[in-house]
Amino acid sequence: MQTHILSWLIWLPVAGIVAMMFVPRERKDIIKVIAAVATGLQTWVAVILLLNYDSSLGTFQFLEKMDWIPAFHIHYSLGVDGLSLPMVLLTPLLSFLAVFVSWNIDRATKGYFALFLLLDTGMIGVFLALDFFLFYVFWEVMLLPMYFLIGMWGGPQREYAAIKFFLYTLVGSVLMLVAMLALYFTCGQTFDFITLSQTAPEQLQGVTWWGLSAIRVIWVLLFIGFAIKVPIFPLHTWLPLAHVEAPTAISVILAGILLKMGLYGMLRINYGFLPEAVWWFAGTLAVLGLINVIWGALCALAQKDLKKLVAYSSINHMGYALLGMAAVVAAGAMQGENVQAAQAGLAGAVFQMFNHGTISAMLFILVGVVYDRAHHREIEGFGGLAKPMPIYAGVTMVAFFAGLGLPGMSGFVSEFLSFVGAFPVFKVIVILSTLGILLNAAYFLRAYLKIFFGPLNEKYATIPEINGRELFTVVPLAVITIGLGVFPHLFLNLVKNTIDVVITQVVQLGNLF
Amino acid sequence: MDNLQSLTYFAPEWGLIATVVVVLLVDLIRNRRDDRQVGTWFVAGLIVTALLLLGNTPDHTLSLFRDAVAWDPFSHFFKEIVLLSSLFVAVVVLNSRELDGYPLGEFYMLLGIMILGMFWMVTSIDLLMAYLAIEIVSLTSFVLAGYLKRSRRSNESALKYVIYGAFSSGLMLFGFSYLFGLTGTTKFHAVAAALRNLDPSAYGAVVVASILILAGFGYKISAVPFHFWTPDVYEGAPTAVTAYLSVAPKAAGFALIIRFFHDVLAVPTGEGLAWSSIGNLPWPQLLAILSVVTMTLGNLVALRQTSVKRMLAYSSIAHAGYMLMALPVLSQDGVFAILLYLVMYLLMNLGAFFVVIVVENRIASEQFEDYRGLGWKMPYLGVLMTLFMFSLTGLPPTAGFIGKFYLFAAVIKAGSAYYWLALVGVINSVISLYYYLRVVKMMYLKGDPQETLEGAGRFYRSVLTLLALPTLLLGLYWAPVAEWVRQSLLLFKP
Repeated sequence: MQTHILSWLIWLPVAGIVAMMFVPRERKDIIKVIAAVATGLQTWVAVILLLNYDSSLGTFQFLEKMDWIPAFHIHYSLGVDGLSLPMVLLTPLLSFLAVFVSWNIDRATKGYFALFLLLDTGMIGVFLALDFFLFYVFWEVMLLPMYFLIGMWGGPQREYAAIKFFLYTLVGSVLMLVAMLALYFTCGQTFDFITLSQTAPEQLQGVTWWGLSAIRVIWVLLFIGFAIKVPIFPLHTWLPLAHVEAPTAISVILAGILLKMGLYGMLRINYGFLPEAVWWFAGTLAVLGLINVIWGALCALAQKDLKKLVAYSSINHMGYALLGMAAVVAAGAMQGENVQAAQAGLAGAVFQMFNHGTISAMLFILVGVVYDRAHHREIEGFGGLAKPMPIYAGVTMVAFFAGLGLPGMSGFVSEFLSFVGAFPVFKVIVILSTLGILLNAAYFLRAYLKIFFGPLNEKYATIPEINGRELFTVVPLAVITIGLGVFPHLFLNLVKNTIDVVITQVVQLGNLF
Repeated sequence: MDNLQSLTYFAPEWGLIATVVVVLLVDLIRNRRDDRQVGTWFVAGLIVTALLLLGNTPDHTLSLFRDAVAWDPFSHFFKEIVLLSSLFVAVVVLNSRELDGYPLGEFYMLLGIMILGMFWMVTSIDLLMAYLAIEIVSLTSFVLAGYLKRSRRSNESALKYVIYGAFSSGLMLFGFSYLFGLTGTTKFHAVAAALRNLDPSAYGAVVVASILILAGFGYKISAVPFHFWTPDVYEGAPTAVTAYLSVAPKAAGFALIIRFFHDVLAVPTGEGLAWSSIGNLPWPQLLAILSVVTMTLGNLVALRQTSVKRMLAYSSIAHAGYMLMALPVLSQDGVFAILLYLVMYLLMNLGAFFVVIVVENRIASEQFEDYRGLGWKMPYLGVLMTLFMFSLTGLPPTAGFIGKFYLFAAVIKAGSAYYWLALVGVINSVISLYYYLRVVKMMYLKGDPQETLEGAGRFYRSVLTLLALPTLLLGLYWAPVAEWVRQSLLLFKP
């Protein structure tokens, strides 16, 4: 049965843009309402999707397929499985909340929300596309609105941050383009994800280019493309800049969704089409994960700017997900076919993707709240804020504790699963990575102490408390964080079967020796 | 086919010749105060020519005038491209203030002759005919580039153009003479047949000849290192002429390059347009290197420009490099990609130059600095320019992306031997992003949203929309254009 529910998810924001065109630019209120309605409807559709999703299957559901350019075997083809479902839920939700976060945008409001909705379409399209060409188009469509959103509504260094973001990402995506075409021509001229995941592992067997294995060449090209997005050290330098300069709502989207595209791409494409190279690369991946964990934490520890601290904590959090992804090799014969470890690792990675989406979104929103009032983000520049802003202090405590992975919060579960999964294979790396947790606690708690406790900074004695609109943007995320921290199986059951499919793919098609 | 019979297949050329004559006559008897009269006649003539051209669509291939020119779908495609860009430019000149105070009769007449020259360039299958056609195009473009005779820059540009033009066509002629000396004929196919039986000891001479000839062709498409005229001429010439030079003669040059290398220096190796170089001479490698050097230099120098017009000049060099990339793979897909790219390139490049014209009309400047806040001052124009810039960069969903996609696809399909070429190509795309984005940055990220300026005017708005719509839509659905190009992939073979 064709329901076109996925098409609705993609095109609702575009419908919003079209509606906006008929509104004069002075009517900012109507424009904001349109944006809220478009993303709100999208969230509603996503909830319907969740309710109808059959988690007992690990395969793609709600498939849609139409010819686009038959001469080049390009299709408009969509589907959702356990890998993409969490992100498909998170994208509309964060977009919807971000509309309210950006409620006070006054400069060129119409342009802002039109670009924002375009960004929304690009993001959800990436997670839903089952055709490599379509995937690539959505992947690139995001760049343009992102450039403007950072460059026009951002902080003092916005131009530099915007162009740096654009150039870095484009380097990654053109490498992906080359890899995509190489796959197309070596694997029977198809862009279809499902077909490629079946044929590519065998058809690439034994193909060599300039004495190098084709599988590894394509893997590296794709990996660089995705690693820039994650970002993985040393390709991460665009991130602190872009996150700090972007307006709050855009930081939320950047951290909450854009970073996950890199991990999603790796799981979907690298793991799906090139399972053999997973075995070759897993060790490197784990080491890169470790570097991300430690480097991100150390950098965060050194920050004076609260938003930068949060930005570096993202790099740290992505490291745990990478560790979890590397754990898939535990299921291999050489590691004693420890399938449980592989399952735990991958589940941890996917769960971490989702959790970081909610937690970092909360953190950025909360930083934005205090910045709107104080017009600076210096950690040292506050003090004793718990007195004038008790509610804000409470919500921030939830967010910070979630960020540092306190048990009872969702972040703890996913980090724990990643460690558990990776431990049998990468013992030393995991032990070193736990150091990251310690550092996490150090910088989050230090920042919390400096801002909320100690002598009250007289300048902020009458700082207004967090208001209803701002609370509305944070509370749902806090509820999800705590809820999934207590009942993680709600999430894990959704993705479990797809993770088994990924593991089977990697073990059976990749371990041909 | 003999000369008299050939004339019946020459309808579009007749149309052009008639247009030129009519323009000349109207210019003599017209009302002196009405400058637009000639232009209107010219545009009408072009439309008639276009109809004749469409009515003369080849379904098979022929050679006309005793094997001097070909009549085939391939040349037909290029005639359509040339005529389409001519129509756009003629209409814009009609409404531009740039040529105010200069006689327009001669301008249109020269333009008409130039089109005729390009028609012959894309059809010629004879060394001498090719040379003549190139010279017709060159001579008329020298005059057009220097048309603003009271402007020093325009004069300088024409002079530079003449000097480089004379030098490179001399080299090319020298190369032709080698081929004639080796084979004793000037017909492409006869030359090719003779080369196939050539003693391998003479291959050195063929390589030298092809390098010399590449100088002439490279000059026409402004490939490095024969590009030195491009920035100065593009900057000095009237912008409408610049726009024209960056599209039509370049397309014609590509037609000639493809035909020359395909007909003369290659042997067919299978179905369609698969070919390989005669005696495994290294000219495909030569073209690959030329392509890499052209795009890299074009892009790197474009980074440092302060004038938008000059930046676009270097960017057009880079685009010639991208298109050249698909030639060394010697496949039907390569030729297909070049032709498809030309269609996309026509739209976006003309669009970008026309925006420059509008801005010039409004604020009399083409400097980056003066584009500050333009997106706020002229909102519609800003959006269109942004679209053209993103399309030139090759970002989806625009026509430019589709063009590049097929170029890269053709190169990658050729196998791992050319992967390095594709990698250089994509890295160049990233470099180009920086300078195209500078325009966007100036228009939107700088300046104040409150300012406004008089809009582009209804005429320019519609012309630009006519270019912008397909630039966007072809990025989403390009099957009709692909089909058009696919049907044009038939070259005359004896």
